[in-house]
Amino acid sequence: MNQAIKHVWVALTAMFVICLGALSYIQFFNAETLNDNALNKRQLFREFDLPRGAILVDGKPIAESVETDDGQFNFQRKYTDPELYAHLTGYYSLANGTTQLESELNDWLTGSSSDLLFDRLAGMFTGQKAEGASVELTIDGKLQQAAYDAIPDGLRASVVVTDPKTGEILSMVSKPTFDTNDLAVHSTSEAAKNMKKISEIDGLSPYVNPAIGDLVSPGSSFKILSTVAALESDDYDMNTVIKNPASVNYPGSKDKMNNFYEGICGRRSEATLEFIFAQSCNTPYMEISQKLGIEKFADVTERFGFGQQLDIPQSVTPSQFPTKDITAAQLAQMAIGQYNNKVTPLQMNMAAMAIANDGVIMKPNMVKKVTAPDLRVIEEPKPEKFSTATTPEVAADLKSLMKGPVQSGTAMNAAVPGVDLRAKTGTAQVRNENGVPIVNSWITGFAPADDPQVAITVTIQQVDYNTGHNTAGAIMKKMVEAVFNK
Amino acid sequence: MTEVQTAPVPRRNLELLLLLLALCVGGAAFFLVGSATEDNDSKNFLIQMGIMGALALVIHVLLRIFAKYADPVILPITVALNSLGLAMIHRIDLAKGTSQSSRQLMWTAIAILVAALVLWAVKDHRVLRRFTYIALLASIVLLLLPLIPGLGATINGARIWIHVGPFSLQPGELAKITLSIFFAGYLSSNRDLILMAGRKFGPLQLPRMRDMAPMIIAWLLSIGVLVVQRDLGSAILFFGLFILMIYVATARISWVIIGLLMVAVGGVFAALTMGHVERRVNVWLNAFDPEIYQARGGSAQIVEGLFGMADGGLFGTGLGGGSPYRVPLANSDMIIASFGEEIGLIGVTAIILLFMLLVSRGLRAALGARDTFGKLLASGLAFTLGLQCVVIIGGVTRLIPLTGLATPFMAAGGSSLLANWIIIALLLLISHNARRPMSGSVGPTDEIATPTTSRLKDRKAVTNQ
Repeated sequence: MNQAIKHVWVALTAMFVICLGALSYIQFFNAETLNDNALNKRQLFREFDLPRGAILVDGKPIAESVETDDGQFNFQRKYTDPELYAHLTGYYSLANGTTQLESELNDWLTGSSSDLLFDRLAGMFTGQKAEGASVELTIDGKLQQAAYDAIPDGLRASVVVTDPKTGEILSMVSKPTFDTNDLAVHSTSEAAKNMKKISEIDGLSPYVNPAIGDLVSPGSSFKILSTVAALESDDYDMNTVIKNPASVNYPGSKDKMNNFYEGICGRRSEATLEFIFAQSCNTPYMEISQKLGIEKFADVTERFGFGQQLDIPQSVTPSQFPTKDITAAQLAQMAIGQYNNKVTPLQMNMAAMAIANDGVIMKPNMVKKVTAPDLRVIEEPKPEKFSTATTPEVAADLKSLMKGPVQSGTAMNAAVPGVDLRAKTGTAQVRNENGVPIVNSWITGFAPADDPQVAITVTIQQVDYNTGHNTAGAIMKKMVEAVFNK
Repeated sequence: MTEVQTAPVPRRNLELLLLLLALCVGGAAFFLVGSATEDNDSKNFLIQMGIMGALALVIHVLLRIFAKYADPVILPITVALNSLGLAMIHRIDLAKGTSQSSRQLMWTAIAILVAALVLWAVKDHRVLRRFTYIALLASIVLLLLPLIPGLGATINGARIWIHVGPFSLQPGELAKITLSIFFAGYLSSNRDLILMAGRKFGPLQLPRMRDMAPMIIAWLLSIGVLVVQRDLGSAILFFGLFILMIYVATARISWVIIGLLMVAVGGVFAALTMGHVERRVNVWLNAFDPEIYQARGGSAQIVEGLFGMADGGLFGTGLGGGSPYRVPLANSDMIIASFGEEIGLIGVTAIILLFMLLVSRGLRAALGARDTFGKLLASGLAFTLGLQCVVIIGGVTRLIPLTGLATPFMAAGGSSLLANWIIIALLLLISHNARRPMSGSVGPTDEIATPTTSRLKDRKAVTNQ
């Protein structure tokens, strides 16, 4: 009997030892794998229980963590004016993930950035919970509101306002928009329900900021770049007379490139760039594109930022000017901003910035400064050069060319008395999902000409021609008025 | 008796010292929980530890009076485990805003007082042998109670609860003890018949049917628990107890095989016919499948427990520093995972070593016991404690499917506390009987507390081992 009891002891001890083995495996040998498991939300939960830094505009929080006792977490992310800033802040949500600035600035906002290492170490000894840093944006609250008010509801449009001398983004608004608070609720089921509702809004993706993420054809606004390419070459200058037929065959095709049928272009069968640019004639660019060739265009677009990685700090979708296997006809189309020439609204704003700032593009940026919980400034980005887009001489030529559209051409409806606005419009002909022909309307420019304070870009996507052309100009006008208090 | 004989020493002072140490461990745990979670109610923890200490002292004093040769390690280990459990339940309370710990403290008090009552009333475990068949009857009643309409209740899918006034009880927990008493009593009286009588069948010696009938009843009872009450954990426990008792009584591995075959039949039957057993196995095998993880009654509980333990790592997050409350049932079924997270692999290893030590001391009492009944009872009770630990820890660590067994002395739950404290009282009594000095003649009188004449035959049969 005693022998049996001893055997029982051996058996039980063996079972205990196996349990210890399993615990060692889980807690030591396999711990890292478990911590990295996709189902493991512990790191996230930990973040949600800590005060997260605020995102500030004009010193006031547009996103902040407020204490809550909903039983789930200690803090709830709260957005002030959520619709105004939705595309910038994004949202911080357990169920729907983290997007835009909330995602890009996460290391600072949670305090896990290496810049805050000493604060964390100090926290370990004082027992204080780590608080995140707050981030002040370069956005001008008044301009942001003005842009939001300028865009009529129901349109799919974006407005970007920057300071061409520093690259600071002063306003970046897109409609349609949504309430980020709806996606940041802690209840998973409610968050999922709200996400579904928001996803059903036409023309809206809660994951994409249209001003830096939507690629659309620039239409004639791209002629800023085409004209830079022409003026940089030896073949063209401001006085060169270029043929301006009403229509011209694409090389090797029966299809024709036309000048705008209602336009003034038809009045002259040949003209200098001044007339061509102001009236946005198309056919001269057929000749220009064939004479310059694809390399020249590839060179100019790259200098203006096409195909480049850019973080503002959100990652900007690189604009596209494809150069592989492009026929002469396709190049001609791309030279007037059609075909596979696709840009973000910010890219066309950078084009205006280049002309405004003597050919130099300053790196667009939205972060003014990062402040630790003890008010120590951790980071204050200095203005930085992004690229030299063209020579000061060519920039000066373009500056004068861009006067035409506002004074007597396609951008007259944006003119504000007393402000010397320089701009270029664009109307890209596209088809919507149902094959119905519609347009993307553009206007991009800067003011005032002698000492540019702002570069402004307005984009309206998928709209009928009249609404697009009229509204883009009207929005531009309202923005200029807002900037200069007219 | 083959074990080494040492001069019997009471060792009650050692017990007192260890008891102080155990209370210090519990108090430290409470203090850490309080300081880490900024719970300024430090009075609370002093009161809780004060009550715990007073209760432990009651048992200690009773032992000094009635069983002064009892094992000095059993009580301090139990007190340490119970206090640690209280501290963890308190910690989960603070996170969730519940008040389970005061309830648990109340149940601890009831359990310890009942254990004291058992010490005082029983004094000599051999008395219990007289209640062999009453114990079987009691087991049947206890197991059937939850099925009575109006009294029983289904919680978390298992119909193992009864409502008595404001309390809900799991009478099955007490059945562990009554079944142990029955098995021990029955086998100590009939082991010779079972061993000798009957036909030989190959290498196996099959007993006569009528000698096995009560065992079969007990086995059927276990199957019944599984089928009717849907309580996998208790079924495993009863099966285990059944096999162990037969093995210890007969010392024949062939009986273990017969027992295991019977269990296999029951298990296969259960797996084939009962959805909830099948689902448990599926959840166990495919725990990390996102679909199973998100399903209701899916693997979220066990997987979250694993994540928690992995998060704790070697040293743990510190008491109050982790988030064990993310795991469902963090203060009962999953309390080992909560400890794993907060005191790390090192701390949880210490807890498991305490359990191992406790079970070893129980089996040591069985080895030392001078009567067959005592040996069987002590090994049955110690094994019950050990098996509970292994099954629940194995479940939490995903070695085996998770069952709803309580971690002894730690998990929130009054019935389990009560039953396990009674087990401790009985083990203490048996260990006292094993370690006390021989009074006069060693002989048949050791077998039974009060000499009866009717069972002389049995007595002679068992004394010579």
